[in-house]
Amino acid sequence: MDVILKMAGITKTFPGVKALQDVNLEVKRGEIHAICGENGAGKSTLMKVLSGVYPHGSYDGEITFDGEVCAFGGIRDSEARGIVIIHQELALSPHLSIAENIFLGNERVRRGLIDWHRTNAEAAELLARVGLKENPTARVSDLGVGKQQLVEIAKALSKKVRLLILDEPTAALNDDDSEHLLDLLRGLQSEGVTCVIISHKLNEIEAVSDSVTILRDGRTIETLDFHTQSVTQDRIITGMVGRDLEHRYPEHSPTIGEEVLRVEDWTVFSPTQRGRKVVDGANLTLRRGEIVGLAGLMGAGRTELAMSVFGRSYGVDITGRIVKDGKEIRLRSVDEAIKHGIGYATEDRKRYGLNLIDDIKRNISAAALGKLADRGGLVDPRKEYQVADKYRADMNIKAPAVTAVTGKLSGGNQQKVVLSKWMFADPDVLILDEPTRGIDVGAKFEIYTIINRLADAGKAVLVISSELPELLGICDRVYAMSAGRITGVLERDRATPEALMTLMTTASVVDTEVTAEEVLHTPEPALEADAVPVQEKEQS
Amino acid sequence: MSSIAPPSESETAVALPLGSGRRFEFNLRASGIYLAFAAIVVLFDILTHGLLLTPENVSNLIVQNSYILVLAIGMILIIIAGHIDLSAGSVVAVTGAISAVLMVNHHMSWPLALIITVIAGAAIGAWQGYWVAYFGLPAFIVTLAGMLVFRALTMTVLGNQGIGPFPDQVRTLSTGFLGSTFGNVGLGPLGGADLFTLIVGVLAVLAAVAAQWRARAAKLRYGQHAESAVLFAAKMALMAFVVLGVIVQLARYKNLPWVLVLLTVLVLGYSLVASRTVFGRHVYAIGGNPQAAVLSGVKVKKVTFWIFVNMGVLAAIAGVVFAGRLNQAGPTAGTNFELDAIAAAFIGGAAVTGGVGKVVGAITGGLIMGVINNGMSLLGAPSERVMLVKGLILLAAVAFDVWAKRRAGTAR
Repeated sequence: MDVILKMAGITKTFPGVKALQDVNLEVKRGEIHAICGENGAGKSTLMKVLSGVYPHGSYDGEITFDGEVCAFGGIRDSEARGIVIIHQELALSPHLSIAENIFLGNERVRRGLIDWHRTNAEAAELLARVGLKENPTARVSDLGVGKQQLVEIAKALSKKVRLLILDEPTAALNDDDSEHLLDLLRGLQSEGVTCVIISHKLNEIEAVSDSVTILRDGRTIETLDFHTQSVTQDRIITGMVGRDLEHRYPEHSPTIGEEVLRVEDWTVFSPTQRGRKVVDGANLTLRRGEIVGLAGLMGAGRTELAMSVFGRSYGVDITGRIVKDGKEIRLRSVDEAIKHGIGYATEDRKRYGLNLIDDIKRNISAAALGKLADRGGLVDPRKEYQVADKYRADMNIKAPAVTAVTGKLSGGNQQKVVLSKWMFADPDVLILDEPTRGIDVGAKFEIYTIINRLADAGKAVLVISSELPELLGICDRVYAMSAGRITGVLERDRATPEALMTLMTTASVVDTEVTAEEVLHTPEPALEADAVPVQEKEQS
Repeated sequence: MSSIAPPSESETAVALPLGSGRRFEFNLRASGIYLAFAAIVVLFDILTHGLLLTPENVSNLIVQNSYILVLAIGMILIIIAGHIDLSAGSVVAVTGAISAVLMVNHHMSWPLALIITVIAGAAIGAWQGYWVAYFGLPAFIVTLAGMLVFRALTMTVLGNQGIGPFPDQVRTLSTGFLGSTFGNVGLGPLGGADLFTLIVGVLAVLAAVAAQWRARAAKLRYGQHAESAVLFAAKMALMAFVVLGVIVQLARYKNLPWVLVLLTVLVLGYSLVASRTVFGRHVYAIGGNPQAAVLSGVKVKKVTFWIFVNMGVLAAIAGVVFAGRLNQAGPTAGTNFELDAIAAAFIGGAAVTGGVGKVVGAITGGLIMGVINNGMSLLGAPSERVMLVKGLILLAAVAFDVWAKRRAGTAR
């Protein structure tokens, strides 16, 4: 195979930062080429250089595409050559139809007017190519994220794409949609489209790529070929972090105490679709010092369960009981949930977790401002500074000072701010929704360590995650949800990815060895629980 | 003193923990408004050959703009929370009308009438707050409706004619001066000046310097970055010069205007509310990211409701002050006041998207427009030209804010 794209000696400098330093990338014609690296390693910057977002002249180095040296002045130039980039945040116009979106900026026109017949007909052809069974006139806002992703790819195909760049294409997709997308990439490959894929999901890279280039701190570390070398996920991680990660999950021996929270027969209806049950008769218990996982595919109702428990911040017509420390409580608002010692760190920290225009310290104090008030009811700014600075040091938040604006921090550091906020609020039960989403490997380890510390401090932690290895690596017990129901619960020693996946994909409560009911009614001596997880470490 | 000398205010009441790391960067954006204000004052003083800063005109400037400034205080809180109030001018009119009917037609004692008027203002605010906070309508729509509704009520209450004159006490609040307690002293070439006013001015400056000094000392104690001693001294000296300059001019004219006392209390109080109370901090949290505020346990609906109630109360106060100044409540009173108050807030550094803004900034923004109004009318400029300049200033101020934010790269 010959080389279709060669980027040589690319150096890109922003004021004060060298984002890319002498980066080299070679992509062979017709291959799927993965780019890996921690957040901030320079992956997105490199792709922006390639696609002309950063025009020729704003960087050093040379781009050769299909044998010709390129000097793109903007995205239009690169698209004219068949280089199309699909960004992580989808760039579709929600109120327009699929066909309108596909040909947006590239309209099918006849005599100055849009040729709707041709627009919709060509769109239908493209949809067939990407395997999306939808009417071209359907509104994009009616589609799920996975289907929208396919529309993006159809749009790229309409531009006669030869090199397709996908930035974290599966980050927001569930496993089914991800699988379909990866299949589609293999299909495109056979049609001669070359793909560059940026991803944090190493298992997908392993499954689909022909080769992988690893970036670290703005430099090329190495390019590995899956066909000629034996490339493992650990090998890639080693390249990304520059050190051996013997354990991706920190050691932890839990001390599990008595039950702190019990949710019984919890049913929640959708606020937008009348009569749709989003959570259906869920039961779950959390004990002090315990880290409990909640697994499920997208749409299983995990976030909805968590948020509805958290002061009814989601859902309507909620029924069921919440028992906290042996007493039934009624939570009508988030404020009451926090007062009763329940915290919830959202899966979408940028949209729901942080005030991005405000600084670190004010974000940390946001959920427990009353603790900083003096006798006169005034917030003490100096105390606030001290508290925030303590968390900055403890949590290793990388920022010049706690007066730095949170919008400028990296994902991992933003997540640490969110965790600090909840640690300061000091709840007995902390629900963490996708705590490591979009965070690089090194920071993940730190987050796991913090979760362990929270459990050691006697808190019950409920972790919602789409990454099964993560749940198996850090949790003492894992619940599985499917279609709004809790379909089972597995103790750490019986939890395997296969067993969990079975529970996550089943339609009804499964009679596995241990179901939710059994665990609920089994008294749990602390000693026994202590003994289990130690040998378990290796398996996960 | 606060309303006249905003730079000093930013240092005293709002000893904001704004940020040591980004202090300088922020300062440029935050203090740009004060520098602009100073430049505009100097410019017009030169253009008017010193007429702008004569004792009588300084006093007039404060009295003329007081009601807009009172409105701006309420408006900035609403804007920080990410809302808007288009009805403020109509609420000024209707509350002025209510007070006139009570005091003039019904001969009610003025303190009682004042209390009832303020309660009426609160009720109007509660009405609008209900629709915005609990029913979930956009404030733009609710207050646009309010603008029409309360103007209509004004005309109904007044029977489409002006009602006056007001009792002397109310007129004193709007246009009167504190009595001379200690008599006059000679200031050499500047002539006689009221001693009490001068004493108040000196005490205010000392209090401000002391508060700033303590804030700086505390910062240093906790190892935070603080400005150098020289810069600090320079700032304090400048603040003292500005405050005392205004005070001397006021003392030479008559004395402290009562509305200035009112404004000072409001500005100090609301600055404290905005920057230091849990309520105030929740207002910023709501404006910065409403969903995140909800999930942090902020009672978003309740806070939103109360900032509208607060706006109604302040509009009622402004309504009485304005009616007292004209000595009658008229059907067209307060027309376009809401626009002046909104402009004041945005010129004063509030963000269009919410979450950012300061009480002192809004006051400064209001004063900038007041000085432009006053200065241009001293120059004999026609009103259309005044309007043109004010419009362009508003555009420039917000454009600068957006540009500065883009440069700072706070991507949202």
